[in-house]
Amino acid sequence: MSTDQNQIAPNAQPMIDIVGLNKWFGPFHVLRDINLSVAPRERIVICGPSGSGKSTLIRCINRLEEHQQGSIVVDGTELTHDLKNIDAIRREVGMVFQQFNLFPHLSVLENCTLGPIWVRKTPKRDAEKLAMELLERVKIPEQADKYPGQLSGGQQQRVAIARSLCMQPNIMLFDEPTSALDPEMIKEVLDVMVDLAETGMTMIVVTHEMGFAAQVADRVIFMDAGQIVEQNTPDEFFNNPQSDRTKLFLSQIL
Amino acid sequence: MTSSPFFRQPNDMLPERAPPVAMSGIIGWLRANLFSGWLNTGLTLFALYALWLIIPGLLNWAFFDADFAGTDRFACTGTGACWAWFDQRIDQFLYGFYPDEQTWRVNLALFLILPALAPILFDKMPGAKQLRWFSLAFPFVATFLLIGGFGLEEVPTNKFGGFMLNVTVGLAGIVLSLPIGIVLALGRRSKMPIVRTLSVAFIEVFRGVPLITLLFVAAILLPIFLPSSFSLDLVVRVIVVVTAFASAYMAEVIRGGLQAIPRGQYEAAQALGLGYWRMMGLIILPQALKISIPGIVNTFIGLFKDTTLVIVIGLFDVLNIGRTMISNPDWLGLAVETQVFISLFFFVVCFSMSRYSVYLEQRLDTSKH
Repeated sequence: MSTDQNQIAPNAQPMIDIVGLNKWFGPFHVLRDINLSVAPRERIVICGPSGSGKSTLIRCINRLEEHQQGSIVVDGTELTHDLKNIDAIRREVGMVFQQFNLFPHLSVLENCTLGPIWVRKTPKRDAEKLAMELLERVKIPEQADKYPGQLSGGQQQRVAIARSLCMQPNIMLFDEPTSALDPEMIKEVLDVMVDLAETGMTMIVVTHEMGFAAQVADRVIFMDAGQIVEQNTPDEFFNNPQSDRTKLFLSQIL
Repeated sequence: MTSSPFFRQPNDMLPERAPPVAMSGIIGWLRANLFSGWLNTGLTLFALYALWLIIPGLLNWAFFDADFAGTDRFACTGTGACWAWFDQRIDQFLYGFYPDEQTWRVNLALFLILPALAPILFDKMPGAKQLRWFSLAFPFVATFLLIGGFGLEEVPTNKFGGFMLNVTVGLAGIVLSLPIGIVLALGRRSKMPIVRTLSVAFIEVFRGVPLITLLFVAAILLPIFLPSSFSLDLVVRVIVVVTAFASAYMAEVIRGGLQAIPRGQYEAAQALGLGYWRMMGLIILPQALKISIPGIVNTFIGLFKDTTLVIVIGLFDVLNIGRTMISNPDWLGLAVETQVFISLFFFVVCFSMSRYSVYLEQRLDTSKH
């Protein structure tokens, strides 16, 4: 295993800087000595078997999970118990969940404008205009007045992406965004994510879609048993894996 | 039979067709719901027979054989009900001992409930936003109208009685117990130990004690405990106790709703940067309250009917007025008639609440295609 896990990161002020991160669920050591630095505009794909801690890792970045050791600095702000810092970071970090987690009692448009209106204090008209632009970008402006329960899974996930983008974040976290979707709908969500990657958004994506990783990732990280086992460019990662654990994983999913 | 390979081109996919007639229409409905089998057919016929036995007798008693006029029960000579008291005593049933020349104030307060409730019950109606200010002011307007002062003749609350007392206590309890119940439910789920302990203690104490006991405490014990300079009106004490009792139930109903909200809703709200109160107010509570509607209305209905328990501390609510009347020699023994009349009143109010909750559930249902 490489001792310098950040050797590939470009030499810029990192967007996310994670040093010596450890986390436990009760006695279970779920994240072990994670060091990860993400440069602005960098696109990272994290993969690994279930239970390897990859979701927990990105949920630590916006404090949906609390870490016990180490430091996480997001865009210059360190995550501590200080609620102000947590709020500031959550404003800058968008997140898309496996189960979409749209608000079922609000229309698609209201889902998108809620954050800007209540957190960013954007006037309602501006928020709606922005929301319509972003719904256009995820290719479902015609569903704006419907409720989430009336949409297909793929449409819901695209609304969830638009909802996050409405907060105009600097970083987007994706937690297995296509794992709950029917095969025919995975592509429409991945297309939106590829578009987003091309705009230069900093992205961390936990996914098993290796085609997506090969197409857009700057770096692929493989995790197992709460630690980073291997990280490399997609090309090297898929064609020339070093760790035996990585080789086993790739042989099973490809 | 052999199966041969088969395919369909997009242009010869099957079109949508209407369901067969036997599935729809009146005949279809009857067949599916009332005569779907031997057992169902038998039950339907039995129910029709029972109705045929009961309804004519009931109508005869209540209307055709009943007496409607007279100044005492001896004017009633028919075999049916005696409604002669109605004309004589209806004012007492409605207003208790409220001064006759002032009863317009009760009527006005009752009438003003309509514009006060309308913008809350039907939030899509035109002008709802402006009217909502009136809804906020209504409790004060109604209190002023009923009690008086500021130029209106003062009416002490011991003159309150009849339906008017039930409605006053019931409405005040309903309006207050919902917000208090929400606060208690949130408190019980709070991570702060003191808030949580206090909420649990409040809920368990008021839920674990019979309402009658609490009413006795309010009527007899509180005046002994409290300094004599601090005297609280009896009706106010009753409202406080009824509210506390209903709030404890309400809190548990709403806690049930809160527990049904998936964790992902909290996480999505947090990920957007919403703080605790906005997350609760905008995302969690609207959904939790929607799920809790049947339980909330259940509690409201229970509270409203429980207002008749004030009889045990000597208040003259409608039940007590009825009891007093039938112990008067003029109207002795008309228990059935008064109970039927009072029951009808409670049924109309409670059934309206129930129907409204059904309407509300349908309106808030966002899952329909």
